Amino acid sequence: MLFTSYSFIGFITAVFIIYYLFPKKYQWCFLLAASYVFYFLASPSYLLFIGTTTVTVWLLGRKMETLRVRQETFLKEKKGQISREEKKAFKSQIKKQKWKWLLLGLLVNLGILAVLKYTNFAIANFNGFLSMIGSTKQLSFVNLVLPMGISFYTFQALGYLIDVYRGTCHAEKNLFRLALFVSFFPQLVQGPISRYSDLAASLYTPHRFDARTVSYGLYRILWGYFKKLVIADRILAAVNTIIQNPEVYQGAFVLVGMLFYAFELYADFTGGIDITIGIAQTMGITVKENFIRPYFSKNIKEYWNRWHISMGTWFTDYIFYPISVCKPMLKLSTFSRKHFGDAIGKRVPVYLSAFAVWLATGVWHGASWNFIAWGLTNYVVIMVSQELQPLYSRFHARFHLNEKRGYGVFEIIRTILLMSCIRLFDCYRDVPLTFRMFANMFTQFRLSDLTAEAFLGLGLSAADYALLFVSLLIVLSVSIAQERIEAAAKSAASGNTAVNAAETEKNSAVQEKMPAAEKGVVRGVRDRIFAGAVETPPRCASADIQPEGRGCHPARAARACDAENASRFAGAAAWKYILFAALVIVVVVFGAYGIGYDQTQFIYNQF
Amino acid sequence: MEALLEILEDLHPEVDFETCTTLVDEKIIDSFDIVTIIAEINEEYDVVIPAEEIVPENFNSAKALYDLILRLEDED
Repeated sequence: MLFTSYSFIGFITAVFIIYYLFPKKYQWCFLLAASYVFYFLASPSYLLFIGTTTVTVWLLGRKMETLRVRQETFLKEKKGQISREEKKAFKSQIKKQKWKWLLLGLLVNLGILAVLKYTNFAIANFNGFLSMIGSTKQLSFVNLVLPMGISFYTFQALGYLIDVYRGTCHAEKNLFRLALFVSFFPQLVQGPISRYSDLAASLYTPHRFDARTVSYGLYRILWGYFKKLVIADRILAAVNTIIQNPEVYQGAFVLVGMLFYAFELYADFTGGIDITIGIAQTMGITVKENFIRPYFSKNIKEYWNRWHISMGTWFTDYIFYPISVCKPMLKLSTFSRKHFGDAIGKRVPVYLSAFAVWLATGVWHGASWNFIAWGLTNYVVIMVSQELQPLYSRFHARFHLNEKRGYGVFEIIRTILLMSCIRLFDCYRDVPLTFRMFANMFTQFRLSDLTAEAFLGLGLSAADYALLFVSLLIVLSVSIAQERIEAAAKSAASGNTAVNAAETEKNSAVQEKMPAAEKGVVRGVRDRIFAGAVETPPRCASADIQPEGRGCHPARAARACDAENASRFAGAAAWKYILFAALVIVVVVFGAYGIGYDQTQFIYNQF
Repeated sequence: MEALLEILEDLHPEVDFETCTTLVDEKIIDSFDIVTIIAEINEEYDVVIPAEEIVPENFNSAKALYDLILRLEDED
């Protein structure tokens, strides 16, 4: 069931209604049932795989928990009676046992993932090797099911298991509760890869219908549909024409395809995540953000901290750190220091661990050399810019370019172009072709190729281009507004928490009912839209705008309100409904549901 | 503590590590820095900081990091 299909809209509407009619205590049970129905409808065979992962991870988590409790009671009972050495020995013995269970869990679950996802890739490579050595024998490919979202739920489940091993979270007692964590349906299609400690509590607690939270969620869903249906599914036609016909579309059109794909992927992936987070929010469940306006990043490292965050932090916490701080690595570092000097010794752990992470990230994305090359190119670019850092600092110390306003914009454009170039691996059929087309972009670049006819030949009409351009402006202004609101709120928060608390207190009187935990939390543009109903900007009600004189210029705050500046003259509760209705109409009218139009799955669903 | 401050200042000379308490939260140090710091601490104090201790609370300030080293030394 595609997120963009009518049946899915029907499904979530039914889930939403039943969820709030259900006895609060058992809401999570209903969600579990709904998630399994969703997955069952995708394919009954998938249930076997997600079931295996859930049960193994639950069992092993319990095993480790028992060991942890045993250690705790032992140390408590023997307090003062045993020596430090004995204590240490006991602890390390427990840790060893826990490690065995963890290893089993990793092997089983990564094993399932590896077999299902990479068998054919391995066979293809083996066949290539056979023909290289002159053999005419070839292995035939096997037909395996690839359960939807397996990369996402496997990583989410394993993250939980590693957390239990580390003792950073307690093992879940109830198998069914864990099953919900692994299978929560809005996340099944394309993540995000949530952490147990972030998601679990809000999954299991009862949620009462709260008008504000629900409408925020609806807005978020609609925003996601706008990005996916109006932008991604429209521009898709042009992207496909360009990248599937590399012999026709060369030079300047490689650049066009690259930039169109950047826009498509952004709209597709962030739009899908908006829908996921929005659906969860309508049920009172908080899913952690997966993006912080990644295209505003000023360098590639920052980009990776703002794009697909849940995957990045997963790799950092569970691969990068463990590898870089393991004893052999530290020994290697010491050894290199002794033999090759401090400068190299210091770099050894970072270089090796980052290499492992990017290789893994590439492999995670898919069973092809394109993704491996993509991951390693990211690695090379990150390491090169890391090494060039001192050079940059010296350059800026001398020329003060970075103090100029325009320089930030230059850095942003540079990062977008760089990331788009790396993403060419994602576009073209194979690695050699990608390299050829990358070179071709420069060697065959002729501005004169970019004629109106050529653009219209890509499968989009003039109206489509106009619509895409307007959509780009809308997304851009909303992002800028959000960026400013968050920056302003941040400087306000660090400026004076006491005053801020007082503000919140005061404002809460006029605010609609809001869950206590969310009071005073900055959520940005939607706060502004809804604030129009209570108080007029620039002093919005939701405590997300700082009082004057703390870091933010009043004029800037006002400008930040521009995204919904109409509230200044409308100033009525009606505003939020009008905007919502407008967005619905835009999605329905301009959503790419023409004749012959195929509903498309999200790009990230393939990973 | 002196040695630790030296390690940190070597990485980021522009930061005042004696007062800053938001090293991770404000993204002043990133994952590469953290790994480098851990390797340096291993050299200097012969203490291994395990992966499960790499949480913002332990790396947000020089003091927190120093307390972590003392705690791990004690457990050793």
